[in-house]
Amino acid sequence: MSGSDEVEIPEVDYVSGSGVPIRGNDIDTDQIIPARFMKVVTFDGLGEFAFFDLRFDDDDNPKDHPMNEDRFQDSSVMVVNSNFGCGSSREHAPQALMRWGIDAIIGESFAEIFAGNCLALGIPTVTADSETIQELQDWVDANPDGEIEIDVEAEEVTYGDTTIDVTVDEAQRKALVEGVWDTTALMKSNADAVREKAKELPYVDDEAIPEAE
Amino acid sequence: MSEGTLYDKVWDRHKVTTLPTGQDQLFIGLHLIHEVTSPQAFGMLRERDLEVAYPKLTHATVDHIVPTSDQSRPYEEDAAEEMMSELEENVREAGIEFSDPTTGDQGIVHVIGPEQGLTQPGKTIVCGDSHTSTHGAFGALAFGIGTSQIRDVLATGSVAMEKQKVRKIQVDGELGEGVEAKDIILEIIRRLGTEGGVGYVYEYAGEAIENLNMEGRMSICNMSIEGGARAGYVNPDETTYEWLEETDYFQENPEKFDELKPYWESIASDEDAEYDDVVHIDASELEPVVTWGTTPGQGVGVTEPIPAPEDLPAEKQDTARRAQEHMRVEPGETMEGYDIDVAFLGSCTNARLPDLRRAAEIVEGRQVDDDVRAMVVPGSQRVQAAAEEEGLKDTFEEAGFEWRNAGCSMCLGMNEDQLEGDEASASSSNRNFVGRQGSKEGRTVLMNPQMVAAAAVTGEVTDVRDLQEVTVA
Repeated sequence: MSGSDEVEIPEVDYVSGSGVPIRGNDIDTDQIIPARFMKVVTFDGLGEFAFFDLRFDDDDNPKDHPMNEDRFQDSSVMVVNSNFGCGSSREHAPQALMRWGIDAIIGESFAEIFAGNCLALGIPTVTADSETIQELQDWVDANPDGEIEIDVEAEEVTYGDTTIDVTVDEAQRKALVEGVWDTTALMKSNADAVREKAKELPYVDDEAIPEAE
Repeated sequence: MSEGTLYDKVWDRHKVTTLPTGQDQLFIGLHLIHEVTSPQAFGMLRERDLEVAYPKLTHATVDHIVPTSDQSRPYEEDAAEEMMSELEENVREAGIEFSDPTTGDQGIVHVIGPEQGLTQPGKTIVCGDSHTSTHGAFGALAFGIGTSQIRDVLATGSVAMEKQKVRKIQVDGELGEGVEAKDIILEIIRRLGTEGGVGYVYEYAGEAIENLNMEGRMSICNMSIEGGARAGYVNPDETTYEWLEETDYFQENPEKFDELKPYWESIASDEDAEYDDVVHIDASELEPVVTWGTTPGQGVGVTEPIPAPEDLPAEKQDTARRAQEHMRVEPGETMEGYDIDVAFLGSCTNARLPDLRRAAEIVEGRQVDDDVRAMVVPGSQRVQAAAEEEGLKDTFEEAGFEWRNAGCSMCLGMNEDQLEGDEASASSSNRNFVGRQGSKEGRTVLMNPQMVAAAAVTGEVTDVRDLQEVTVA
């Protein structure tokens, strides 16, 4: 039938790496990836444009920004504040961060569409209170090579000698830990039930419902 | 948990099953696609050897990159042409209907769906665009999705979602002169915050909402996402049905109107529905709202003082300070008198016919200020044609506005319509984020369309009610 069953979906129950602090509330997806870089038909190559306007001036000279600092070049865990990823639904935003090297994001809170887009890429978005996050950001600043371990299943983050409790949304946790975050094949296997649902709805014209495969 | 709301009922009617993650698999009744967020999804389908499952429930338009001046093909900009060509190929292969510019039906995705009668009460509607919440104005459950989810919807006709809470926003009282739907939603976001709606769907209700026409309801639902709510809706009523009856779909299938009406009525929230939260707003207290900062929540009544960061809640102070520095505004001052360089009348929030009519009333008999570049970008080709028919184009052009073709345009600066340098714009759009309108030094002041017209003719943020009084006198 289809090749969808061949897509391998890794379990993401644990992520580790050094951190990079990105401070500020309400950082929107236009900041994460400015619209002019979206005039492309693939996501390839978006990594270098992540946070572009905050990282470079009009002549493309680097500005003062954590992602331009040598000490954070190998970072894979981004530590952010509240309402991160608000605004536009563009998946280009987490795609750009992922392609820059980010595997997980820890923050005070995330915009919903952004968190959903991260999940679809297997990137955990875990949350903790404001004070805890600021302490972690300060620690990352002081320990740019320090390892941050995220135990997605246990909802714990460990750095240095500290272990903190974090929150991972229930569905996100299950999806990541059980390796079912790429939902296409899973939902495709319910194609008959979807068709039945379509038939029950008065507004769906019969001709719009495909024949069973 | 909410019970008996439109959200609960539409959710239940579309729920296919509960997935192992605990998310529900929801059937999607209408999938709208455009050129920016869909090409990668079609690419993923090809990689997996999958086909579009419900092409007849899918509809395409081109809006984000489409030039609003010269639309002859190939487009002047290579990247825009490539995106358009890719979309044309994808819809042709899949058999998806495409409201392209040659049809006369093209426009911003959230303008054309309602125009054509694709948007209906009780449908689940998704699009790779956060302003999909607009369609909730019709009592649909409509929300924005990312590209991987577009892939899911294309491949399966469904999406994996977690059910959210419902907050009823009861807006009572009558709106005063110069105050409109845009001001209601800017006020809601100001009060509840840009993340106040995370985890919620907003139900807009009350006298002030019921008295709005469909365009006003769309403006409100459109900006739900700016308050953090992925979806917002208004229960369908006679105003909704009157709109629907005039649309293509029901003109062509009049029997469907009577057939579907009981369904539409059945999914409206019950009188005794239970909500997770209820908020009250008194519309009669509102004045035109303008933003002073760089998030849509940083708004203020046009005659009210801009707040001092230290008077705001702790978590908002830092953002406010940076915003005031960027915008070059001082606490204690009002936004009235703030110099503007550009007036943008457009976007999925406020570029429908009544929006243009109200703005034209202000513009009539006046001239755009010498230092202002003013443009009107109708939301769709149909809005454009209707506006030209009734003489609005002439009114705007005689006053010195540019009259352009339909598209997203300067709302997000993906085509040639962009702010330059540190220009300040009076904009009827939805986002004042830094860089949003194409220049990272650019400054955006969000406001309703009449207020944009007023700013265009005076060259500064102006209380439109002052101009209206002059008109009356």
